[in-house]
Amino acid sequence: MLNRYYRVQAGPEGYLPPAAASMGVMLPEKGEALVEGIIVSEEEAMQKIAEKIVNAKNPVFFPGPNILWAWNDSVLEKAYAVNDLVQSSGARVIPMPDYRPKYPMINPEVEINPNHPNLTIWHNHIDVCVFVGVHCHYANIALKIIRGGTDCYTIAICGEAGHEDAMISLRDVSIDTLRRLNDVIKSTGEGLK
Amino acid sequence: MNKGLVKISPCFEDVMPQEYKELVEKGSYGQDYGVADLGSFKELIEEHPLCAGCGLALSMRLILASLPNPESTIIVGSTGCSALAFSQVALHNIHSLFGNQNAVATGLKRALKLRFPDEIKDVVVIAGDGATADIGLDMVMQSWFRRENITTIMLDNEAYANTGGQESGMTAEKAVLNMAPKGKNFPKVNLADVAQVAGCAYVATCNPAKSRVLEKAVKRAILAAREIGPTYVQIYAPCPTNYKLKPDEVLATVKNREKEGTYPTGEFISAKAQELFESLEGGSK
Repeated sequence: MLNRYYRVQAGPEGYLPPAAASMGVMLPEKGEALVEGIIVSEEEAMQKIAEKIVNAKNPVFFPGPNILWAWNDSVLEKAYAVNDLVQSSGARVIPMPDYRPKYPMINPEVEINPNHPNLTIWHNHIDVCVFVGVHCHYANIALKIIRGGTDCYTIAICGEAGHEDAMISLRDVSIDTLRRLNDVIKSTGEGLK
Repeated sequence: MNKGLVKISPCFEDVMPQEYKELVEKGSYGQDYGVADLGSFKELIEEHPLCAGCGLALSMRLILASLPNPESTIIVGSTGCSALAFSQVALHNIHSLFGNQNAVATGLKRALKLRFPDEIKDVVVIAGDGATADIGLDMVMQSWFRRENITTIMLDNEAYANTGGQESGMTAEKAVLNMAPKGKNFPKVNLADVAQVAGCAYVATCNPAKSRVLEKAVKRAILAAREIGPTYVQIYAPCPTNYKLKPDEVLATVKNREKEGTYPTGEFISAKAQELFESLEGGSK
């Protein structure tokens, strides 16, 4: 059911929240981004990301297999750029090394899994999280589960078309974009001092 | 892929869970491990939700230790008990719809040949008897007829085990199961012979009680599939839950069945495969 007033905001929205796309939230075009279901400029979204991270009590980055594993030199460069972001944000890192459900249970202290990301968020009392380097289909699953069951604010830094189910989503993120975002986070942090 | 690819980005090494560090440092990627080395390296499967004593779980452990090129192996599975465990395995794996496994594997293998023409990529189907001999028989046989370069491994527990115990084509005649209380009315399908006639270059039937034989069959099947065409390995992996066996009776059952001739083991090697094995194994069988 399309709903032009649907906003992608921190939950808990309840069991089985709708996919934002099914509620009328569209992916941004190149050069644009999404903030809570509304299409904005990339710069505006970067500023919002910086504010959310800088003001968070416990911001955590969830790097995925695309950057955790050193597939090639380009990946390594991206991994270092993400690591710079982490350092500037003063955030913690909890990795998503692969997508195995790993029953009976993962260790939520040290890892996150797309099949039950809420466990890691609850366990670590995470209020803002950043997905980066996670394959899109698994990021979408995890973002929906988080919105359904937790009050965590979700940010998706995506190298492809972005994510409607994240509260803030950048698209086509390159190493240059990561560096620009790093500058915005640094300057936002400086402004709070 | 090669072992060089299975490494952690240096800036994230400190946050990687220990399990993944061990997979890189002590795992079987890029190593020449086999079943004789079990216990001395980090295995590709460590936890699984299968029943105590499950013959299928032991067979999977042995299969995974026998892969000649684990870092470049992709498993295609199907619905069944094995699917519950394969999501735990530290390998690429695809779960297909019930019975579609050999069709999915065909597409995957063809795509990999186009995408990585100079690299070895092994596509190995591992599915139960229901998926292989009943529901997916069409896809299995068509892949053999087309001479696809894929290995098909059947984990034969002679039942639809996780849906309450219905008979499958591979159930032995007169066998009684929870959902087949009168006993099965027709004989066990002889898929090994069918595979041979359908064009498989190498066919083997084996069981986890003879782990070295199983290892040799899996390795040969994968190597022949790379070079020649389809191969088939049928592994007898009894279900203790549906056949009312105690966990410690499973291997004894396997041995008894082989001894009494109701589940014989053996190999069919085509002339081309024989030539290949002689060149790879220095003439030994």
